[in-house]
Amino acid sequence: MNDGWELVIGLEVHSELKTHTKLFCGCRNAFGDEPNTNVCPVCLGLPGSLPVLNRAAVELAMRIGGALHCDIRPSLFHRKNYFYPDMPKDYQITQYDEPLNADGWLEIADGTRVGIERAHMEEDTGKSTHVSTTGRIHGADHSLVDYNRAGVPLVEIVSRPDLRTAEQARAYVTELRSILVATGASDGKMEEGSLRVDANVSVRRPGEDFGTRCEIKNLNSLRSLGRAIDYEAARQIDVIQAGGRVVQQTRHWNEDEGRTIAGRTKEEAEDYRYFPEPDLVPLAPDKAWIDQVRDGLPVLPAQRRERLAAAAGVAPGDVALVVSLDLDALVLGAIAAGADPAIALRRAENEVAANVDKGRRLAPTVFAKVCEMEASGRLTATQAKQVLGELVASGGDPEAIADAKGFRPLDTDAVASAVDQAIADDPKAWARYCGGEDKVAGLFVGKVMKATGGQADGKAVTALLQARRGG
Amino acid sequence: MTAIELATGVRAGTNQASVVVDDHLRRIAEGDGDIHAFNLVIAERARSRAEAIDAAVGRGEDPGPLSGVPIALKDNLCTRGTPTTCSSRILDGWCPPYDATVVTRLEQAGAVVVGKTNLDEFAMGSSTENSAFGPTRNPRDPSRVPGGSSGGSAAAVAAGFVPLALGSDTGGSIRQPAALCGVVGAKPTYGGVSRHGLVAFASSLDQIGPFAANVADAALLLDVIAGHDPLDSTSWPEGIPSVSDTLGDGVSGLTIGVVREFLEGGADSDVLARLDGAVAALRSQGADVREVSIPSVIYGLSAYYLIAPAEASSNLARYDGVRYGLRVDAPDIGSMYGATRAEGFGAEVKRRIMLGTYALSAGYYDAYYGQAQRVRTLIIRDFARAYEEVDALLAPTAPTTAFAFGAKTNNPLAMYLSDVFTIPSNLAGHPAMSVPFGVGDDGLPVGVQVLAPALGERVMFRVAAALEAAAPAAQVAA
Repeated sequence: MNDGWELVIGLEVHSELKTHTKLFCGCRNAFGDEPNTNVCPVCLGLPGSLPVLNRAAVELAMRIGGALHCDIRPSLFHRKNYFYPDMPKDYQITQYDEPLNADGWLEIADGTRVGIERAHMEEDTGKSTHVSTTGRIHGADHSLVDYNRAGVPLVEIVSRPDLRTAEQARAYVTELRSILVATGASDGKMEEGSLRVDANVSVRRPGEDFGTRCEIKNLNSLRSLGRAIDYEAARQIDVIQAGGRVVQQTRHWNEDEGRTIAGRTKEEAEDYRYFPEPDLVPLAPDKAWIDQVRDGLPVLPAQRRERLAAAAGVAPGDVALVVSLDLDALVLGAIAAGADPAIALRRAENEVAANVDKGRRLAPTVFAKVCEMEASGRLTATQAKQVLGELVASGGDPEAIADAKGFRPLDTDAVASAVDQAIADDPKAWARYCGGEDKVAGLFVGKVMKATGGQADGKAVTALLQARRGG
Repeated sequence: MTAIELATGVRAGTNQASVVVDDHLRRIAEGDGDIHAFNLVIAERARSRAEAIDAAVGRGEDPGPLSGVPIALKDNLCTRGTPTTCSSRILDGWCPPYDATVVTRLEQAGAVVVGKTNLDEFAMGSSTENSAFGPTRNPRDPSRVPGGSSGGSAAAVAAGFVPLALGSDTGGSIRQPAALCGVVGAKPTYGGVSRHGLVAFASSLDQIGPFAANVADAALLLDVIAGHDPLDSTSWPEGIPSVSDTLGDGVSGLTIGVVREFLEGGADSDVLARLDGAVAALRSQGADVREVSIPSVIYGLSAYYLIAPAEASSNLARYDGVRYGLRVDAPDIGSMYGATRAEGFGAEVKRRIMLGTYALSAGYYDAYYGQAQRVRTLIIRDFARAYEEVDALLAPTAPTTAFAFGAKTNNPLAMYLSDVFTIPSNLAGHPAMSVPFGVGDDGLPVGVQVLAPALGERVMFRVAAALEAAAPAAQVAA
């Protein structure tokens, strides 16, 4: 791909932590509240205020570290100094050269193991709104700042440059998001900004040293991430092939224009004057706390995929959706109760997923029963879907629901005679079908359905028609 | 009357808080026009507070160990609804929405805050000449500075305006003005008193402490304000021990070191002569006094002038005109920052912000800030070695007595040298206090400094009480 060029991608993902309160004060951590209502002297950076570290945020950060197979270790907070109106103290409290979590890994769905350099804690900034007729910062006559987000706890997860395609990058974020949700650390909502992604992208000939990278910011969706990486790689290849040199810089993704736009170059980069935050003491979780956090980790999505795939006899990639929907326990239970794995998976990712919150509460044995009724022909696929839909929504007994709906087991002779009757009733259509017009089958299926009161299985009818035609 | 006598009277009902407060407000009204110890006097609030205390006593309640005692607060301590200026124009119009923890503790102990005292802008200075609101005069000699940066608090106590005051000490800002004004001033162990509500200068060095006319009053005030505070992450969980009950314990059996490097540190001969007198007094009371060496203290001043400005450059970044205080309008945000800070900050604050910004810059960090932190580690180690041999240390507080206005304003380095003996305790996080001990050749007060290891306040106050008892008679506070 890319004419023999290889992409080298590393991702920096900022995840807001799902705590009740902010990182250094007792203000509510909530999205969408009235501006500047969740604020106090600490998160407004008023003179004389001091930060006090939120233990719950540390614990969630440690859970992320544990889930990413990181070394959880003694760490320090630093101040990152720069002036910006949405940052109340004009410095950000973050972790610099001694992060809480370091040296881990994450396995994406294709089996690639991506290194995690670090996952450190920091505070979020407020949000600026530039007020003007154009809505753009240039030409705005004033700006409004909402500090509700200032001081919200973040974990920044920095991958090693182990990703090689945009697709892998998307898979990495998808996997990371499911881990963050599974550990209870984040709600994973990219659209609300609780998960934000920056991508470092460079290109090289395979086997050569890394090329000069650019950091792409403002990637608010998986779609943006993929498009931006492909655009940026193509841009860099063009620059090199035209005899130029890639300049290390920050670039912003413009979703509307579908391109990245140059920001700061490294030479102009700000000097953040990091130094240890003197208002906080070192954060060194003891072994007991670390062990407790590791022991309390849920089974992670990759392990859950493997377990379900093994039980169902399929590839891990085939059960990714069911696991991401948190329906794997239901399917595993149904398989254990004798359900056909293929039917159970299909019904889980369709009918159960359609009402997923209630679906997760379905008893595996009941779910297995519906699958068994479909597999045995007691119910057609169409009927099984209806019974399942009602079971998920309202509960009950599968047999009773099927009976109430008048779903009687049809013997194959009855269906066969209905098929023969339909053929006899319309010889012209039958001739067209035999002449190769497959779509005419629909006409016969409809007639058979009508004749059987909707209880025949469409697929079975089609199969009979084909058999009558001779293939 | 001492603060203890005033509080005892009010608690017993033999004196009234209203009378005490009125008396002190009158002294301020009569005298502070000449001294300018106060940025703000809150007479009405103080009177109504005093009435509430009297009413409580009338109901048979005990308003606390500082019942009815007037106290002044350095104007970098946050007071809810009362302006807190740091003697800077940049905080123009700002009223904190909350009280510093020390203010809450004072009120719970029955003290009556009567006003906010002048300081060098953001506590940066050693003479109170760097105040945006004009200097404070030394009550012992109005042609001289009171020292600084807590010059207003020291002068308020020395002038008899208040029996007690709070200051903050980052490199000597309580002890040096206490020495120059002839009062007692103590910097507690770092983390002993909550910094919550103290407007930060250099966070790893700042500490709030008491001023009083005598050691016992200073001890009582420290006992009231000290203690763990969950709002300050650097606050000691176990807290510093109470000191008031140790003042009569004497120094017999204590081993006290005189720091050789401080004797060679450039103090005037009359200051050193008073220190000799202090040594003799302690020996005569049964202490074993010997010379000790703390080699790295000679680098303290240099390390301090990298660490303190570095932290200050970050702490003072928030004064940007966006949220509170002064704003000088300009066409864009960058120009607004620049114009606001250019107009809002005085020369010394700007000097330190630039110094600190430079010290933290990429490429210079290791050579400056990093090196200064290594010196700090050495100083802590050398102090620890000394404290294997001795219980406390003795040193001059300041190299000179109070100097004239303008004497050092054109030479920042000479001004910085005022703190050469006080800075090492801040770098180490150790307690230290200044006790008046006679006068210099110019008839102005000389202070002797007692240093102790971390959480060693009890031994420090024992030595201070012994020095006070032996101090030359001429040196009795007004």
